[in-house]
Amino acid sequence: MDFDLSEEQSMLRDSLDRLLADTYGFEDRKGFMATPEGWSTDIWRQLAEMGLMALPFAEADGGIGGGPVETMIVMESLGKALALEPYFATVVLGGGFLRLGGSAAQKADLVPQVADGSLRLAFAHTERHSRFDLAHVATTATRDGDGWVLSGSKSVVQHGDCADRIFVTARTSGGTTDENGIGIFLVDTGAEGVSRRGYATQDGLRAAELTLDKVRVPAGAVFGDPENGLPLARRVVDQAIAALAAESLGVMGAMHALTVDYMKVRKQFGVPIGSFQVLQHKAVDMYVAIEQARSITLYATMMADSEDDAERARAMHAAKAEIGRGGRVVGENAIQIHGGVGMTMEYAVGHYFKRMTMIDVAFGNADHHLRELARAGGLFSAAA
Amino acid sequence: MDLRFTDEENAFREEVRSFFRDNLPDDIRAKMIDGEHLDKPDFVRWTKILNAHGWGVPHWPEEHGGTGWGPMKQYIFLEELQKYPAPQPLAFGVNMVGPVIYTFGNQAQKQRFLPAIANLDDWWCQGFSEPGSGSDLASLKTRAVRDGDHYVVNGQKTWTTLAQYADWIFCLVRTDTAAKKQEGISFLLIDMKTPGIEVRPIVTIDGGREINEVFLTDVRVPVENLVGEENKGWDYAKFLLGNERTNIARIGVSKQRVARIRELAALEMAGGRPLIEDERFREKLATIEIDLKALEMTQLRVVAADAKRGNTGKPDPASSILKIKGSEIQQATTHLLMEVMGPYAAPYLPEHDARWNEPSEVPEYAPVAAPNYFNNRKVSIYGGSNEIQKNIIAKAVLGL
Repeated sequence: MDFDLSEEQSMLRDSLDRLLADTYGFEDRKGFMATPEGWSTDIWRQLAEMGLMALPFAEADGGIGGGPVETMIVMESLGKALALEPYFATVVLGGGFLRLGGSAAQKADLVPQVADGSLRLAFAHTERHSRFDLAHVATTATRDGDGWVLSGSKSVVQHGDCADRIFVTARTSGGTTDENGIGIFLVDTGAEGVSRRGYATQDGLRAAELTLDKVRVPAGAVFGDPENGLPLARRVVDQAIAALAAESLGVMGAMHALTVDYMKVRKQFGVPIGSFQVLQHKAVDMYVAIEQARSITLYATMMADSEDDAERARAMHAAKAEIGRGGRVVGENAIQIHGGVGMTMEYAVGHYFKRMTMIDVAFGNADHHLRELARAGGLFSAAA
Repeated sequence: MDLRFTDEENAFREEVRSFFRDNLPDDIRAKMIDGEHLDKPDFVRWTKILNAHGWGVPHWPEEHGGTGWGPMKQYIFLEELQKYPAPQPLAFGVNMVGPVIYTFGNQAQKQRFLPAIANLDDWWCQGFSEPGSGSDLASLKTRAVRDGDHYVVNGQKTWTTLAQYADWIFCLVRTDTAAKKQEGISFLLIDMKTPGIEVRPIVTIDGGREINEVFLTDVRVPVENLVGEENKGWDYAKFLLGNERTNIARIGVSKQRVARIRELAALEMAGGRPLIEDERFREKLATIEIDLKALEMTQLRVVAADAKRGNTGKPDPASSILKIKGSEIQQATTHLLMEVMGPYAAPYLPEHDARWNEPSEVPEYAPVAAPNYFNNRKVSIYGGSNEIQKNIIAKAVLGL
């Protein structure tokens, strides 16, 4: 067993960290947030030049051939910088559908555009009352000649406001919560009948409400089996959960570093507050939570590629539940130890806390995944 | 990064499993599964079987009977031992005093003591804690005064686990009262048959008799039983306490208990269904499992790092995490196992009551559950309490 990064992987981490250290200060980030996009098109271009957009795609498809470990590295670094760019939406989610569900023709058409940073993608699945259930799909897709006509509404589509095309779950048959009869369609956001309302999310990222009113899509917009697309969506989301877990490591690690540094310089009663045992133990609780989160993230990363749907899903339930729980321990203690300054918009720690909190509500919160893991029979039900 | 076990490691795991299957006496395994206390002959019998196979002290240097396994194999061996479950070799000998003797002892001490530890011909107990010296161990007061070829030892040790079985006790004693408290301590090996030693039991809240007070009154100890140098005992004690990196989390113990919870919760009914089908119960179990899986990966990170740089025997700050989370998980599993029993957690039946002839409604697995929960409160106290572990991390890792 080897937990160390290869030389190439270490270089990837170092070069990305260096880029972000140079470009992604707290004030820089505020400036990016204030642009019309809500993120930096210049950084986006630099990430593409580094090859990050091409990273997870097979070399045969025009990619670099990275796997879950490479994605973990990138997401942790982006988390540490609290980056706003639509990497997760485009490369992890959109790229996931391309990699895992795309036909040769679809890959040939789209991977190069993602790889060079010119095409932005998103994934629309949430609907009113679907909560965290991917199978809850009321949006409809009806056959129309060779193509399909889509109608319905999707909510909280991360970076859906800037996406050129959006993967959408839509029902081709059956009732709203049936697992069968769900198709995955790639919708061009310029198509007739597509309307979007973009907004900021609590963590300073962007999302959109998406309405599809009799939107015609061609046959080539279908990814996988239009009657049974849910397994594909679940695979993509499982890999996305591993990526979010990695991002959360960056977010938690940054909060912890800020907090421990602050404990060494902030003085009260004539001494650094880090000399108080009650605060030391809180800082250790944060440290333990982060190390446990790192361990479960490594496990999830190891399982992200697994062809065993049930085992892979159990690993992701465990990871998402653990980072949700641990993230709250780290975030709430970070604010508490900072005291009043932790409450201010002008200080970084609160922004990390908000990102961590929003990671929990994406793709199922800690409670949701704990329940799903319990229903699936737990983690150690097999020989283990 | 490659987080898979190698083929060789998987084959080794199978070898270890089948050895336990073929060689652990059934009656000992039954006691382990039921969570009953083992008697001295159980330990001795099993240790001699392991030792005859060359596995009595796998982690020791090969010249002293070790196997030469790397850290990963050591870990696999222990995990499988705990999961089977088989008794672990007595820690006071093989994990505590043994490594101190082969690292700091002289040739005569190595010859006299090491083989007898490996074969459990000598039963060792640990004389560290005193009534006034718990977490602040260096404040210990037991005195050893040189008198010719002997030290004369006076004082009291406490929480001495299984001292009632012991042939020998390793003691921290004060040999210099003028020096700084850490610098006046020596490490003495004392024969329990020496006149002046009295062992008195302390009954723990589970009703068990595991721990003792040990009184030492004018106990004459030959100077050749001093380990290393006089007044350097604190260094050896720190070495001893920091030595436990592959075992402190007890991953295999918790895995075995999780399996036991699942098994027994399928037998107990709640609301007309097996308890294991109760959603709230399953979520509690899943919560523990997630923590345990994360800790297993943390443990493997520590083991893999050891394997890479060579096991230097230096305490790793990560071992403090293993202690904190490992103890919390052990306690959570013993609590949940007790919860499985419902009202049958209540009957206190330490021994079979021969006056009752009718079959009992109390499931035979129920009466040990609450005592095991009570007993396991100790795991966050011993070996450096979890609060002390947090102090260590705050200082050594966070620089506070």
